[in-house]
Amino acid sequence: MGLVVAEQIQKDYQIGEVALRALSGVSFEIEPASFVSFVGPSGSGKTTLLNLIGCLDKPTEGTLTVAGTDVASLDRKQSAAFRGANIGFIFQDFNLIPVLTVYENIEYPLLMVQNIPPVKREERVMKLLDAVGMADQENKYPDQISGGQKQRVAVARALVTNPKLVLADEPTANLDSKTAYMVIELMKKMRDEFKTTFIFSTHDQKIVGEAEIIYTLEDGEIAGRQNRGGNGNG
Amino acid sequence: MGNLFKIATRNLFRYKRRTVLTSSLVAIGVIFVLVFVGVSGSFKNMMVGQMTDSMLGHIQVHRKGYIASIDNLPLTMNMKPQAVKKLEKIFKEIPEIESYSPRIKFGGMFSSFTETTNIRLNGVYPEMEMKTLPLLASRITNGGKEIKKGGIVIPELLSRGMKINVGDTIVVIATNKDGSVNGKQLRVSGIIESVTGPGGRDGYVHIEDAVEILRMDEMEISEIAIRLKDFGKLNAVYNTLNTMLSGEVNKERKPAFEVHTWEGLSPFYNIARMIDLMSIFIKVMLIAIVLISVMNVMIMAVYERIREIGTIAAIGTMPGKILSMFVVEGFLLGIMGAIAGNVFGTGIVYILRALKITFDFGRQTGLVLSPYVTLQDIVMISLIVIVVAILGSLQPAFKASRMEPIKALRHV
Repeated sequence: MGLVVAEQIQKDYQIGEVALRALSGVSFEIEPASFVSFVGPSGSGKTTLLNLIGCLDKPTEGTLTVAGTDVASLDRKQSAAFRGANIGFIFQDFNLIPVLTVYENIEYPLLMVQNIPPVKREERVMKLLDAVGMADQENKYPDQISGGQKQRVAVARALVTNPKLVLADEPTANLDSKTAYMVIELMKKMRDEFKTTFIFSTHDQKIVGEAEIIYTLEDGEIAGRQNRGGNGNG
Repeated sequence: MGNLFKIATRNLFRYKRRTVLTSSLVAIGVIFVLVFVGVSGSFKNMMVGQMTDSMLGHIQVHRKGYIASIDNLPLTMNMKPQAVKKLEKIFKEIPEIESYSPRIKFGGMFSSFTETTNIRLNGVYPEMEMKTLPLLASRITNGGKEIKKGGIVIPELLSRGMKINVGDTIVVIATNKDGSVNGKQLRVSGIIESVTGPGGRDGYVHIEDAVEILRMDEMEISEIAIRLKDFGKLNAVYNTLNTMLSGEVNKERKPAFEVHTWEGLSPFYNIARMIDLMSIFIKVMLIAIVLISVMNVMIMAVYERIREIGTIAAIGTMPGKILSMFVVEGFLLGIMGAIAGNVFGTGIVYILRALKITFDFGRQTGLVLSPYVTLQDIVMISLIVIVVAILGSLQPAFKASRMEPIKALRHV
């Protein structure tokens, strides 16, 4: 069974008196350790789909299973616990906590979400800091490092809990093309090293080519799937 | 928990000026309360001390019904020697009683041979009275501090009004309980300053002179003033005395005695209660200051950090922990305000104490203000501030913890 299995997902939003269908009849299956991208123009439903997979929202219809759990059945607290245990997030705007250093930002999920003991915590944070090449910046605050470095810290934070899945919504949108490429390469490297599934959304064609499986979304529906040598099934 | 405090502290100092201003506001509130409590408490205790230690004693025992007609100083309501003996036996059984002083209270005419006026007098055993009222001697401003047989200590108002000085001879004339009038020549041995409250303008004679003036066959006592070793045990001793005297009944099988603490004898008790009430109002104002300022800051903090809240919620922080983060911020604001307020407030109180500010109350002049704060005051005020700061941060913290991560992440 796939790590993420979606069957006929539909997501409707009510904006005032207007009903808006963001996703319609979306089905797919993503295997563990995949490097998957959802592409499509703005408003195609990429972020909505990532929010559903990330247990931040629930589908209006259809079933969505992540790591064997029907995420629509989870309540608020269960969702938070599930996210903390299984999912890492990388945000477009990095979303680092400004009052914490690079080290503390990476440490945060271990400390505040998983309650990992200090020795083990330090070991994992240092490993990730080394992996993303930020070991020499560990005491700096987010406003003292560049955008690319921030996103590397965000990648490390997403991976520090050893999640099964990392979701990245437009992770390169705020980066120049060179840095964007480096971040995607880093994510790929991390996938190879930690065997974590990466799912990211983008509308940047240069970045899209780096994904192994590419789902194209148009008007809330999957318009196509490309397999570039990964291990996903559609 | 330590990490919550670390994050909360850093978040607070992210906006240093705002945090300092809010803490200062809380601190100012604490300072006002401490200074008010210190000054008003000092005033109250001083006045209570003046009354109990120079006039009333802590507790008084009378024959049942005496207090209802105390303004007339009724000699018919005095206690017989047997009753007084019973009372003295009971007093000796109560270890908390330090001393007691039997008194004969009576009204009479006071004549300087050229002028005559009325006077209220206490016939006392000087040693017992001085032991029970340790400040009485300090009120005697002119003449000897003792109340000797054949002497009289007269109120200063009388001395001034009738131009009578120490050493002058006067006559006291009184009617006894049978209606016969008697007089006795006495020498003024001292002038006693007036104080506010019942008995504050009474004169003093030796109890044996009072017996002679009133032509008593046997000594009949109007009241017995009691001094306790520990004023804090006032209510406990009052209850003990009431219990022990409940079995003492008169011929009509009704209670023979009545017991009153100073609170039931002095109208100042109502002023003392007003002071306590004002302290409560001041504390309520402090609560309002802390509540509004902390709540305001925390609402702003939550509003400014919506995306951060969305981020930490998205990565799996439980709602309870998000709530704790903001509550700890409110708690720290309260702690900072309480510490600063207590330090400065205590400092101001002790500066006021060192300045030895004087004030007048009623006919008493030159009373020295000695404000003080107790550890209990500091702990109580700190607790109020901290608890209210936590309460003030609860609503914003709850709002933060209930935020949908998806909406919070979209917030611009």
